Amino acid sequence: MFGLEKQDSRLLIVVAILTMCAPFILNPFPAESALAQFNAGYPDLMQRFVIFGIFAIGFNILFGLTGYLSFGHAAFLGIGSYSAVWMFKLLSYNVVPALILSVITAGLFAVVIGYISLRRSGIYFSILTLAFAQMSYNMAYSVLTPLTNGETGLQVYSNDPQYLKGDGPDVTHLFGFEMRAASELNIGGWTFDFSIGYYLSALIMLASFYLAIRIFRSPFGLMLRAIKANQTRLNYTGISTRPYTLAAFVISGMYAGLAGGLLACMDPLAGAERMQWTASGEVVLMTILGGVGTLLGPILGAGFIKYAENIFSKINENVLHSWFSFLPDGLESAVVWFFARFVGEGWHMTLGLMFMLIVIFLPGGLIEGGQRIGRLFKGKSASNNPPAE
Amino acid sequence: MGILDIKDVGKRFGGLQALSNVNLSVHENTVHAIIGPNGAGKSTLLNCLIGKLIPDTGSVMFAGESVLGRSAHEINQMGISRVFQTPEIFGDLTVMENMMIPIFAKRDGAFELAAIKSFMSQKDIVEKAEEMLVDMNMADKRHMHAAAMSRGDKRRLEIGMCLSQEPRLLLLDEPTAGMARADTNNTIDLLKQIKAERDITIAIIEHDMHVVFSLADRITVLAQGTPLVEDTPEKIKGHPKVKEAYLGEAH
Repeated sequence: MFGLEKQDSRLLIVVAILTMCAPFILNPFPAESALAQFNAGYPDLMQRFVIFGIFAIGFNILFGLTGYLSFGHAAFLGIGSYSAVWMFKLLSYNVVPALILSVITAGLFAVVIGYISLRRSGIYFSILTLAFAQMSYNMAYSVLTPLTNGETGLQVYSNDPQYLKGDGPDVTHLFGFEMRAASELNIGGWTFDFSIGYYLSALIMLASFYLAIRIFRSPFGLMLRAIKANQTRLNYTGISTRPYTLAAFVISGMYAGLAGGLLACMDPLAGAERMQWTASGEVVLMTILGGVGTLLGPILGAGFIKYAENIFSKINENVLHSWFSFLPDGLESAVVWFFARFVGEGWHMTLGLMFMLIVIFLPGGLIEGGQRIGRLFKGKSASNNPPAE
Repeated sequence: MGILDIKDVGKRFGGLQALSNVNLSVHENTVHAIIGPNGAGKSTLLNCLIGKLIPDTGSVMFAGESVLGRSAHEINQMGISRVFQTPEIFGDLTVMENMMIPIFAKRDGAFELAAIKSFMSQKDIVEKAEEMLVDMNMADKRHMHAAAMSRGDKRRLEIGMCLSQEPRLLLLDEPTAGMARADTNNTIDLLKQIKAERDITIAIIEHDMHVVFSLADRITVLAQGTPLVEDTPEKIKGHPKVKEAYLGEAH
């Protein structure tokens, strides 16, 4: 299907079904029940899942295939967001020009940053990309204020020109379909939301995923994997590695720009904190947590981290008290105090612990975990699984 | 004039004259071995042939073009394939993928951005890689991780990868270094077979004389950075100067 091998088509179809049915799958609990806080099926969060999925898929093309660990990919995310908001300010709230410009500017920046950073490899490359990202972040706050609106963040004001706006709506839209428009479906106690913004992001993510599969299975992708495996041999095989790494860097930068543009389309606001090093680190975590160099891993990792971030940070001491109210008073406060360190503000501790556990016990990430469980059921031997599925 | 012409090459590292007045020619369709005791300048000479080092004096011409100052991939694209002292293969990839990469490089050149063409559907490449694996007697290992193979098999794969590019010159750097006896013999047999079956020029840099005696057409003995004698293996064996410089001190 679409020029894919059987196994890859199956993977694409499964991902397509899951994303299309996400509003159902992510809302397993009735809206009024105590467990409803574990529901993730609301548009804002689902959009984050797929948008950061795009970010991680793109990052994986660089890190997973070539092994070059960029610590500055959030710069491209921020550049994408700023470009998109500028399109809203200058043209109209239509998302199409915004997305196109965010991909193009991120690509251009990636050419420059990549060209310089890729003169080094290993840790030096990581440091160079980190330096560039921090430079972008600080410049967005200071000297570039006319372009980025500094600390306030870039947003659309009523006196902005918006030359192409005409009678168009005052919120982001795709040829008249407003991003925030949603319809609600009530079945029994369950409530399901379907928003245009989510479905647009999901379709773009599926397209990005399809493109990533094609890249993985192309001679170009094979050369990228060869760079990770043995650069010396590749050079002596007649391949010039620099253009390959630069192309991979630019492609992943464009993915990040697309994700940044989409973030702005869902909420037309761009701030410099999107470029901070923590944001760059987050995509590294997502990719490693899901499974580096696998097709599905980065999407899983992105969903997992965004889910944990939203759900764990929402739980507060009141919620904990209601859970442990069956315990005797003194014990209850102690237990609540203990668990409160891991939720709410302290959810990063949970994330850190999960990350440590996964890196130590499942170096291949969630994908490896899934494969091990799959093998337990099939009873197959461990060694005959080909890599990079 | 041979296919590879080394003229008056000299190289100095600080106070050490590593190479001086090296003149030698490798002729087409011959196997030429360069041997010498430790410290004779074999590795320096090799590094001059592959662009890693630029000699202070002299020239290195391959098929009429200078190789000096060229990068590794340019030298390969000129038609020189190199086999390393420790096998350099793509350990993380399967044997089949290992074999496909050089064939792609031969067809598409140093860089090709065909980011969405599927590589498994490119019949000519797949067929050629399969053929080469059969030639190398490794067809049954095609889905194996290259890193999981034995040293001898890795060497066999590396040589196969080089041959798949149909190089004009195959450069071997101590191909049997660190190998068990059986693997050494297998590698020698493989090289003999390649020599018999293909029109190929081979240059071997080797420490161990016994590896090259049965294989080479010509042997150059290097000692203290300069060629001592160049002759056929039979004559080298009995040559008094060689015995003195090489066998005398090694045995």
